[in-house]
Amino acid sequence: MAVQAVPVGDAEKPPGEKPGSSGNGKRRIPGQGRWAALFIAPTLVLLAVVILYPIISAIVMSLQQDAGLDPATGLFVEGGFAGLNNYTQWLLQQCAAVGGGTVPCAPGSLGAQFWSATGITFFFTIVTVALETVFGFWMALIMARAFKGRGILRGAVLVPWAIPTAVTAKLWFFIFAFNGVANNLFNTTILWTGSEWPARFAIIIADVWKTTPFMALLILAGLQMIPGDVYEAAKVDGASAWQRFVHITLPLVKPALIVAILFRVLDAMRMYDLPAILTGGANGTTTLSILVVEQIRQGFNSAAALSTITFIIIFLVAFIFIKFLGANVAADSTSGGKAKIK
Amino acid sequence: MFNSKRLAPVAAAGVLALALTACGGSTGGGGGGGGGEADGPASQNLDARGPITYVQGKDNSDVVRPLIKKWNEAHPDEKVTFKEQSDSADQQHDDLVQNFQAQNEEYDVMSVDVIWTAEFAAQGWLQPLEDELAIETGDMLPATVASGTYNDTLYTAPQSSDAGLLYYRKDLVPKAPETWEEMMGMCDIAEENDMGCYAGQFAKYEGLTVNTVEAINTAGGDILDDSGKPTLETPEAKAGLTNLVEGFETGNIPEQTITFMEEQSRIAFQDGDLLFLRNWPYVYGLAKNEESSKVQDKFAIAPLPGRDGPGASALGGHNVGISVYSDNKATAHDFVEFITSPETQKFYALQGSLAPVLTDLYDDPELVKELPYLPVLKTSIENAVPRPVTPFYPAVSKAIQDNSYAALQGEKSVDQALADMQQAITSAAAGS
Repeated sequence: MAVQAVPVGDAEKPPGEKPGSSGNGKRRIPGQGRWAALFIAPTLVLLAVVILYPIISAIVMSLQQDAGLDPATGLFVEGGFAGLNNYTQWLLQQCAAVGGGTVPCAPGSLGAQFWSATGITFFFTIVTVALETVFGFWMALIMARAFKGRGILRGAVLVPWAIPTAVTAKLWFFIFAFNGVANNLFNTTILWTGSEWPARFAIIIADVWKTTPFMALLILAGLQMIPGDVYEAAKVDGASAWQRFVHITLPLVKPALIVAILFRVLDAMRMYDLPAILTGGANGTTTLSILVVEQIRQGFNSAAALSTITFIIIFLVAFIFIKFLGANVAADSTSGGKAKIK
Repeated sequence: MFNSKRLAPVAAAGVLALALTACGGSTGGGGGGGGGEADGPASQNLDARGPITYVQGKDNSDVVRPLIKKWNEAHPDEKVTFKEQSDSADQQHDDLVQNFQAQNEEYDVMSVDVIWTAEFAAQGWLQPLEDELAIETGDMLPATVASGTYNDTLYTAPQSSDAGLLYYRKDLVPKAPETWEEMMGMCDIAEENDMGCYAGQFAKYEGLTVNTVEAINTAGGDILDDSGKPTLETPEAKAGLTNLVEGFETGNIPEQTITFMEEQSRIAFQDGDLLFLRNWPYVYGLAKNEESSKVQDKFAIAPLPGRDGPGASALGGHNVGISVYSDNKATAHDFVEFITSPETQKFYALQGSLAPVLTDLYDDPELVKELPYLPVLKTSIENAVPRPVTPFYPAVSKAIQDNSYAALQGEKSVDQALADMQQAITSAAAGS
């Protein structure tokens, strides 16, 4: 019965005979609708509880003022309705002033760091994803060839990705320490985690090292969807290796590539553990996620506003990808391959 | 996969939201104003006795379990259960906050880091230790009592303490420097021996707050006044921060110390790369006994150098508090007295190297034999100033770190850094 209910969704006559039917078509259709609703309901309730409720709750919270101190008793009192104050605090960098009103957030307050955090988050996203795509493609092309030890190579390539990010970050933390491997190896005295650009490069290097294998595997899966006879036909027609790459490999791997890039972009935009452990957010490496976590300790409601802003930013980026770049995540009729990628 | 990625931040916010709405719904009027109300949670269950729970971070030196075993043998009807939290201070803090918000009566007695006392007290989560719940603090070092006090009320009983010490190379320096100038004057010796002169913890984290606060307090400045307002735009505060900034400019403080936390600075000292080091007492045993230490017999300790005497160290350590939601406060109170008793503190010191808060124990021959740094530490704690006691500690610490870091890197003048600190702290206290 449950198996039969799967293709339900509209009132069209089901094609073909159903075994074990309990009546004729007219009675079965409304009955099926009820069953369908019953089967889908738990999923919908679950989605509502784990997705819808938190989003709404976060938005409601973000409209509340954080608790303030009652000067007479020295105890916290509820902040009350804040309107959009929590949002303007971030977007316009206006912090509360003594006796009401606002002043521009001073350096050293979290409110002053929103735009720099947004900027650095996009910077990390663009640079790391670009590098990972190039290196990942290259690795995938190598892995796609048939040669001895290909299985071992594929396994080995995966190692950096299999290591938890927190462990990776700690490893690179020691590598980039002043007396660490990096400085000893190149005989330099760079303060990797103590000055701006080295700190950023350190994070980019560590992130690319860790997630290029992920890119490579997703692209490899796309490459393997391309049938070999297409290449053979191109060879017979006299196409060069470069032409085969540009006119066959690239267009055919594009759907998988876009999805891979989308995954990485969304992942990079919520980057937290790597900079948090490697630099603690110092030297202009505070990403949006780090800012959210720091704000949580200073006031939940402001943090809720910041999470909502972050959510909207990431949502927009995903939207642009799907709408304009044609990232086909849901794997509908066009290709079964992308479903396998997941 | 796609959905979970996109929604991860929201889900995170959501978890938080769940926790908070749960609190908001049930707290009602109790949370904030609880302290003053006649029948608020702070006035209930004061005489009740029964089993309780003690909450503390990971018991690394295995002192809590033997202690609780001893208590349970003597009090079969008022047994204590140990709830062990994680190793990370941030996680301990967040765990306590969540359980307070949920008004969990299972959390009776908890270990509270000195910097959390004001926040928890202002939230109305800690039982004031007064009247029948009062704790005798007359024999304790005054600075440790101040760390448990908010608004002239004792909320947490001091249990273990910690303060900064100056480690120096006695083979190179004839006599420990007593003032900052004297120490900087000895930096020639470091140069002759091709080593760094002075290091503290200057990476951007809580350690930098500690080092900055010490510099400012030592020069006679204050971070906050008694009413909690910042007082950073003073000549004293400027002199304090300038000491550190000039240290970096002249190279007396090596530039790589901008990446140092406790461990990096300890290892640099143990490798013989530093003449002077500001660090916590834990370094003593390691530098003496670790095989890799190159300074095993070459170093000694002194109080931090000050303006014209010992410097003002920041205070670390843990206190114990009672939750206002506890069901059995009389038992909780007795357990707090037990865990802060001289016997327990001595046991903690011998077994776990945790510095006591009772003045007398610092002169206990058995303890001094085991922990030779105790007399110096006593001087240090006697001159110590608690880190700013404020319910907005995370924001205050952040303001200090960020601006001090910029000043040390030369991106900002000392005046500008202090003005920004002042303003950021003012905003935080105005309700960010």
